[in-house]
Amino acid sequence: MSKFFPNAALALDGLLFNGMTIAAGGFGLCGIPETLIAGIRAVGTHGITAISNNAGVDNFGLGILLQSRQIAKMISSYVGENKEFERQYLAGELEIEFSPQGTLAERIRAGGAGIPAFYTRTGAGTLIAEGKELRSFGDEDYIMETGLTADVALVKAWRADPYGNLVYRKSARNFNPMVASCGRVTIAEVEELVGPGELDPDHIHTPGVFVQRLILATSNEKRIEQRTVRLPETA
Amino acid sequence: MAWTRDQMAARAARELQNGFTVNLGIGIPTLVGNHVPPGVDVTLQSENGILGLGPFPVESAVDADIINAGKQTITELDRTSYVSSADSFAMIRGGHVDLSVLGAMEVDEEGSLANWMVPGRIVKGPGGAMDLVAGVRRIIVVMEHVAKDGTPKFRRSCTLPFTGRRVVDMIVTDLAVFSRPDRASRFRLIECAPGLTPAEVQSRTEADYDQEST
Repeated sequence: MSKFFPNAALALDGLLFNGMTIAAGGFGLCGIPETLIAGIRAVGTHGITAISNNAGVDNFGLGILLQSRQIAKMISSYVGENKEFERQYLAGELEIEFSPQGTLAERIRAGGAGIPAFYTRTGAGTLIAEGKELRSFGDEDYIMETGLTADVALVKAWRADPYGNLVYRKSARNFNPMVASCGRVTIAEVEELVGPGELDPDHIHTPGVFVQRLILATSNEKRIEQRTVRLPETA
Repeated sequence: MAWTRDQMAARAARELQNGFTVNLGIGIPTLVGNHVPPGVDVTLQSENGILGLGPFPVESAVDADIINAGKQTITELDRTSYVSSADSFAMIRGGHVDLSVLGAMEVDEEGSLANWMVPGRIVKGPGGAMDLVAGVRRIIVVMEHVAKDGTPKFRRSCTLPFTGRRVVDMIVTDLAVFSRPDRASRFRLIECAPGLTPAEVQSRTEADYDQEST
């Protein structure tokens, strides 16, 4: 059975509701599900809790759902350069839960793997530890962090086969494999769809069991935040 | 005379050892990569999910799917592997990264570090800094010796919220280098910038530390 849907609107149909939790892959603007974010903007679902390492920029990535006031809460490690985010946060219109980046990655991985909580040294003795269980193992202090799951998870991959097996491209992999596992329903948008058997089974990053729906990405802008280059070497 | 940013980076780079896996923070720490001593082979790790970072690309080789933790475009090497952010932080949290060089707003004499938030100002979040200081085996802080208003940044105790407690092993500033053999020991002044006396360094430092051994 093919998991392929013809477009974002049909892939999202029946899954969105106000007050829902949505997880999205990506680091900065790299490896983000651009097409599906635009699809959610078009539906207008609001009161969303968004689990994502970053919050996009003012007019790109999850930033477009902040602009349209569809996000009520972000669970992120770093919210970066986003004026509309700052405005809403300072006005008390937006809630933020900061999670250290590695802790966030592990919380999503744990949620997807059915692990309700784990202990980590990260954040022990800091504001991040406030209200969390503290426990010592050996002579080190650890804090308990909880796993995260989402009603819908959105990922961006490079290639997929009809079974939902995914291959990511370079550092666009980032949070996508964990995010794929944490969704009650996971939708992947991909740059290329290939036929059955065309992906090497030894080289699949996310196996199809984690992916329920697939679309071909129609937005692949891949905006660059910091374009850094060097001069060609002179002979 | 105070060391320049590049000289501070070069001093931190002298701590690199052959075969090290190293994570470099944003700012002066990034410059450490330009000063790897000859004959020393290090692998740079980027916490978004790259082991084996290459230099910035030439214009024609820019690839939006290859960025470092500072969201800068970079390149891959013959040793590069891409991993998920969970695997990347398993490298970090699991103690598989030998050294991290980070910036700081404040470090205190116990080696606690503050570099992620200033109360009353907009908070952007800790990113990966808390994970790095909690998991990487050796932490070097590179920072200006005093803040713009002249306040010492190496303090008795941090006034800003902690990134990690008792995590710093070495401090390289524009005026001096402080080091300690383990995280239970006190810091010792080991070098002053050219022309500066230990007394001059002390007059611009709030922390209590041991003097250079003679």
